[in-house]
Amino acid sequence: MTVSLKSAAFRAERETSWRELEALLAAAQGRGIRALSARQLMRLPLLYRATLSSLSVARTISLDQNLLEYLESLASRAYLVVYGARRGLFEVAADFFARRFPRAVRAHLPHVALGAALLVAGGVTGFMLTQRDPDRFYAFVSPALAQGRGPSSSTESLRKVLYSSGEGQLGDQLKTFAMFLFTHNAGIGLLAFAVGFAGGVVSGWLLFDTGLMMGAFAAVYARHGLSFDLWGWLLPHGVTELTAVVLCGAVGMALGQALIFPGQEERLAALARRGREAAVVALGAVALFFVAGLIEGIFRQRVQDPGVRYAVALASAVLLLAYFSLAGRERSAQGARG
Amino acid sequence: MTAVNLGAEPGRQRALLTPEGVPVRFMVAAGGDRAGAFVLDVLFIVLAVLAFFLSIAFTGMGGDLVGALAFLFWFVATTLYFAAFELSWQGQTPGKRLLKLRVVDAHGGPLTAEAVVARNLMREVELWLPVKVFFGLSFGLALAGGGSWWILGAVIWIFLFSLFPLFNENRLRVGDLVAGTFVIRSPAATLLEDLTAALREKAADYPFTEAQLDVYGAYELQVLESVLRSAGTTGFADQVRTVAEKIRRRVAWEGAVPDDLAFLRAFYAAQRGRLERRMLFGKRRASKHDRS
Repeated sequence: MTVSLKSAAFRAERETSWRELEALLAAAQGRGIRALSARQLMRLPLLYRATLSSLSVARTISLDQNLLEYLESLASRAYLVVYGARRGLFEVAADFFARRFPRAVRAHLPHVALGAALLVAGGVTGFMLTQRDPDRFYAFVSPALAQGRGPSSSTESLRKVLYSSGEGQLGDQLKTFAMFLFTHNAGIGLLAFAVGFAGGVVSGWLLFDTGLMMGAFAAVYARHGLSFDLWGWLLPHGVTELTAVVLCGAVGMALGQALIFPGQEERLAALARRGREAAVVALGAVALFFVAGLIEGIFRQRVQDPGVRYAVALASAVLLLAYFSLAGRERSAQGARG
Repeated sequence: MTAVNLGAEPGRQRALLTPEGVPVRFMVAAGGDRAGAFVLDVLFIVLAVLAFFLSIAFTGMGGDLVGALAFLFWFVATTLYFAAFELSWQGQTPGKRLLKLRVVDAHGGPLTAEAVVARNLMREVELWLPVKVFFGLSFGLALAGGGSWWILGAVIWIFLFSLFPLFNENRLRVGDLVAGTFVIRSPAATLLEDLTAALREKAADYPFTEAQLDVYGAYELQVLESVLRSAGTTGFADQVRTVAEKIRRRVAWEGAVPDDLAFLRAFYAAQRGRLERRMLFGKRRASKHDRS
């Protein structure tokens, strides 16, 4: 043929830049994007855009299937590197706790309020019902959780649980116990979030049920005049843990809401948007469960004085409140300028 | 033979519009690939946990610390493995990397940390919950007499959620729905030599007329390309002979053909030149059945 193909000339002209991009991508995917030098990082977006333009041209002028496929693949891989998640795990974590998590919690304030209301409603219901008929305790609390405690227990044995230093079976296993509590509770919390996918009703029910259980316990202890001691035992870790439970249940309900009432958006789009926000809260709640597990498993077993226990409960409540209401707020325009 | 693969399964192609306004095509990962990557990842998790347990068991630390570390590591491994890798490896876990899979944002935006976390926390309900129930680890269920029913329920649950991707065209699992992501297969294609490059001078040996070059369309051209690119595979010589014979008959070629392969390469170059020139004038001929 005397006239060479336009597509072949096009390829000869641009091939060097494709090869260069290919080498950069191989380096970035093998050793991470941080392995690229400053010059290479400068070249990356340029080469990416050049390849995208080559791809558009090739689609209109070339019938070389291998070339088209190569450019599709090259462009898509470059796209993923150029627009992919770039930040390291630690940066993400720091940003998460400093900004994302508290902001996401504030964004879900109505759901959190509803979740807390459900928990309290469950607690009041459980308390009233159990007070009227102590045998209802068994309807609300599973035997595994009651650990032999119940309406028929004596004041002495009830008190003993609250002030056991954990010397019997747990004496030398406090750290293990703490981690067991953490993994167990975090598992339930994540479940409350994830079942939100089924419409959010189950998430709400899990909150109400937790309330029922606590109410039933409180009623039993109240009959023996041990209310003060019970809350001293429960609240130091309970403030953190119940916050985490409420957060998980709340975002579970938010997820269900997105599914049932998507509003102006398409249903799946609403689910995807709310799901991302909700996951932030659920992940943060896992961190709260971790702290609560430490307090519950180690601190509570060591500290017997009700005064100290209440002080810790109060302090954790104040800290959490301050964190969720203050952390991650945008500085005012003036503050940023000054 | 990578040449016609992409076109072979048009049902699995998706285009994402990049911020530059050029659509980039991806292949949705097949269910089998997803399952394979997942099995590999679970295997890695189990191996990591085993290795960790063995290593701390022999360090001589106190039993309490060992127990605590074991619980913590187990939780981190099962809950955060996927999210941590997908964050730091741009949408890939070790299993996905081995099978060339990748998580991408469904609307072409950057893959955010929230999306990664959301899609992986859903595993809690998709997988870990029924697994725990199956082994009687949750809610003290095994203690209550109805254990077998719960186990049956757990098995059905796992089936429902793991088959869920097979019932939608983008192979989305529930986590993908909640996070707005999907999983693509992005193998690296290699750029092979241009088939027209080697024979520009000798093309005059086979002077095709325009009528002869108007018999076939782009589809046939690319099938021919895939035949020519399969040089070196078994049966290549037979294939070349059959195809050359067929083309000669179809375009009514009357000249002498000393070498089938050279004939095919020349025909490919001439045919591509003709079709591409017509494309420049806005006339794209998809296949031989295209009469426009």
